[in-house]
Amino acid sequence: MTAALQVEGLHKAFGGVQAVADVSFAVEAGELLALIGPNGAGKSTCFNMLNGQLAPDAGIVRLDGRDIVGLRPRAIWRLGVGRTFQITATFASLSVRENVQMALYSHAGRLGSLLARFGAAFRPEAESLLDQVGMLDQAERPCGVLAYGDLKRVELAMALANQPRLLLMDEPTAGMAPKERVALMALAARLARAQKIAVLFTEHDMDVVFSQADRIIVLDRGQLIAGGRPADVRANPDVRAVYLGSGH
Amino acid sequence: MTFASIIIQLLNGLAAAASLFLVSAGLSLIFGVTRIVNFAHGSLYMLGLYGAYSLIQLFGRTPLGFWGAVVLAAFVVGLVGVAIELLVLRRIYKAPELFQLLATFAVVLVIKDVALFVWGAEDLVGPRAPGLSMAVEIMGRRIPAYDLLLIAIGPVVLAALWLLLTCSRWGALVRAATQDREMVGALGVDQAKLFTSVFFVGSVLAGLGGALQIPREPANLELDLSVIADAFVVTVVGGLGSIGGAFLAAILIGVAKAFCIGIGTVHWFGVEIAFSKLTLVVEFLIMAIVLVVRPYGLLGKPPAVQRLAADPAPPLEVPSWTFALVWLAALVVVPLLADRYVTILLTDIFCFALFAVSLHFIMGPAGMVSFGHAAYFGLGAYAAGLLLKRAGLPMEAALLLAPLVAGAFAVVYGWFCVRLSGVYLAMLTLAFAQISWSIVFQWDSVTGGSNGVFGVWPAPWLAGKTAYYYLALALCGAAIALLWRVLFSPFGYALRAGRDSPLRAEAIGIDLRTFQWKAFILVGTLAGLAGAVYAFSKGSISPSTISIAQSTDGLIMVLLGGVETLTGPLAGAAIFTWLRDEVARRTEFWRAVMGLTILAIVLLFPQGLVGGLKALVGRWREARS
Repeated sequence: MTAALQVEGLHKAFGGVQAVADVSFAVEAGELLALIGPNGAGKSTCFNMLNGQLAPDAGIVRLDGRDIVGLRPRAIWRLGVGRTFQITATFASLSVRENVQMALYSHAGRLGSLLARFGAAFRPEAESLLDQVGMLDQAERPCGVLAYGDLKRVELAMALANQPRLLLMDEPTAGMAPKERVALMALAARLARAQKIAVLFTEHDMDVVFSQADRIIVLDRGQLIAGGRPADVRANPDVRAVYLGSGH
Repeated sequence: MTFASIIIQLLNGLAAAASLFLVSAGLSLIFGVTRIVNFAHGSLYMLGLYGAYSLIQLFGRTPLGFWGAVVLAAFVVGLVGVAIELLVLRRIYKAPELFQLLATFAVVLVIKDVALFVWGAEDLVGPRAPGLSMAVEIMGRRIPAYDLLLIAIGPVVLAALWLLLTCSRWGALVRAATQDREMVGALGVDQAKLFTSVFFVGSVLAGLGGALQIPREPANLELDLSVIADAFVVTVVGGLGSIGGAFLAAILIGVAKAFCIGIGTVHWFGVEIAFSKLTLVVEFLIMAIVLVVRPYGLLGKPPAVQRLAADPAPPLEVPSWTFALVWLAALVVVPLLADRYVTILLTDIFCFALFAVSLHFIMGPAGMVSFGHAAYFGLGAYAAGLLLKRAGLPMEAALLLAPLVAGAFAVVYGWFCVRLSGVYLAMLTLAFAQISWSIVFQWDSVTGGSNGVFGVWPAPWLAGKTAYYYLALALCGAAIALLWRVLFSPFGYALRAGRDSPLRAEAIGIDLRTFQWKAFILVGTLAGLAGAVYAFSKGSISPSTISIAQSTDGLIMVLLGGVETLTGPLAGAAIFTWLRDEVARRTEFWRAVMGLTILAIVLLFPQGLVGGLKALVGRWREARS
């Protein structure tokens, strides 16, 4: 069986700095893989090469066996990838429901229509997604006035609108209250397992990582230094050195 | 071309580049620090030229009188710049960027009329520089000594600016503010003083650029907009905020234009091409090519950090049916009650309302500000006139085909424009409008050149003013309704989504450029319809329908009414057209009156008229409850 996401030998250098060096890993459908590492380890660079924002210098990224290197972000979305951003990006002048409807319209390829009324289609679907992420009560508020944690939920609903095979979440809980964090990631985990979605996420909050991830990989100065089940990673001396600073 | 003539054209080009560089460097400096696109910068150049003319008359035509006048004129223009900054811009630094732009349009109008009042409408030819009126012989050709001096002044000013920017504390602050304005503020630098001083230096450069032209070019009232267009091109080609880039671009464009004039008329494969008439086209083509290859100009960098991002646009409200129907009913009844004058004025307003609504569509919900929307209005008008007069089509056919011609131009122009965003996009739209204008203006045999096209009258059944009124109401009303409908369609939502967050739009699979391109074509076509309806209502078409002034009129209408509401542009178009008509009948100085009115509105209602009224009503309701 091919993995939902298969990464092999990913390289990226900025000038003389090797930001990501020879990184390989895989995520299976229904599995939550956490990518962790200290600041500047190359997590975001790695992420941006998976979603088409950055072109890798070398390496292969396979989605369900298909190489997606060189594709634009919008083409990668079409192949069934949903994303949430480190710094939330939603449509501020549109309501929460309309944001999710946009994603549904785009998924169905029906945004080109000039004369149909936007509000009419995909309304129940949007509301059902918002219900799943607990945002139904705020469906009619414009995204421009939402609290940060709520925007993260809207992003999750937009990503799910694509019926994704793979969900990429870049620091999904940054900026949220500690209680909210575990709740949001637990929600994502539940949905992913139920719908057989592969999830790759980066995260700084170790409570979230160790309570929700099925597996963890650790990046330091561009290289993978460890990987495995949470308990193994927790016990790994290299990882401890990186996080506690004794190895430097 | 011989080697000698190449050298001569090169020298001509370098001499022309000097003033272009000075005025552009000032514009670039001001934009870099304040983020204000100062449309009045060309007006400052014009004032420098007029000022130098008067001061030389006062001081006498001696070397001291001449150079004293040039320097004093530049200094006085610097003070005018400071006055603009203190009296107008300082009060609206926190207002949306587009409102600052509107304020600078108003300043353009006021300065133009001040110049008209002080110096009159006639071109004023200045004296040659005393002591430098001879010519120097180079390779058998005679080059004015003054031109050689100008060639030297460019690099000297560049060096002086470079020293000022790299070696002084002030220069360090300017460079820091160009990179990150908020950070400079956070470090405790008095921004108000910095902005005023930057305005002073930028304005002195514009004034000097104008004053130095006194032996080469007559002072006239059209300089303000033609110079600002040139300066925009130079700053954008060089890279906004880059002085060295402005220098490079000024030389590139000055030399390219000089070569066009030098080549003159040539015959290629039996086709006669008058290069001397293509100077504007060449200038703007250079800009279009540079922007597509290097979107931030030759030496420019991607836009600086802007942490205080503008507030997100508020949700669009659907205009109510009752509102629309009440207005429509009233407008249907008007010709039965009102006189001929009102009917004609309202017909004008319908055309401009459609023009303004189409501009609002592209700059508001679609988020692409256009400085050159008159291109489509004017091309629609010319297409209607030429299809009728030159192609001999019936009026009805000409009226219906003309918008498609404008739309076809939008296909080409839009393809380039959607590759850019923000100020660069706006400048490119201006460039395309200027290319269209110069082709229309200079292609005498087809377009009638500066005279335009005459005898563009409607078919007999539409010849009555009332009949034409209803036609204009029906066509413009239907087009406006269509544009509003599209805004609330999936397509319109995709445009608004792309404006709010291009990153998110791309991430959910939206091909934003294609959507924006289609939007360009749609509004270009409908602005063309507005132009065509306008042409048949006037019976004649002049190049002013494509001019920068027409484009800025459209911007004023939209911004006056308020960019954040759908009905704002309608109110703006109606008030602007009516006011201009009223004032122009009473005084020669209608521009100044309009300018001062706009300034008053900008200072009182920074959200536009309709937005301001809504805020007032909101406050009144709050006070009552």
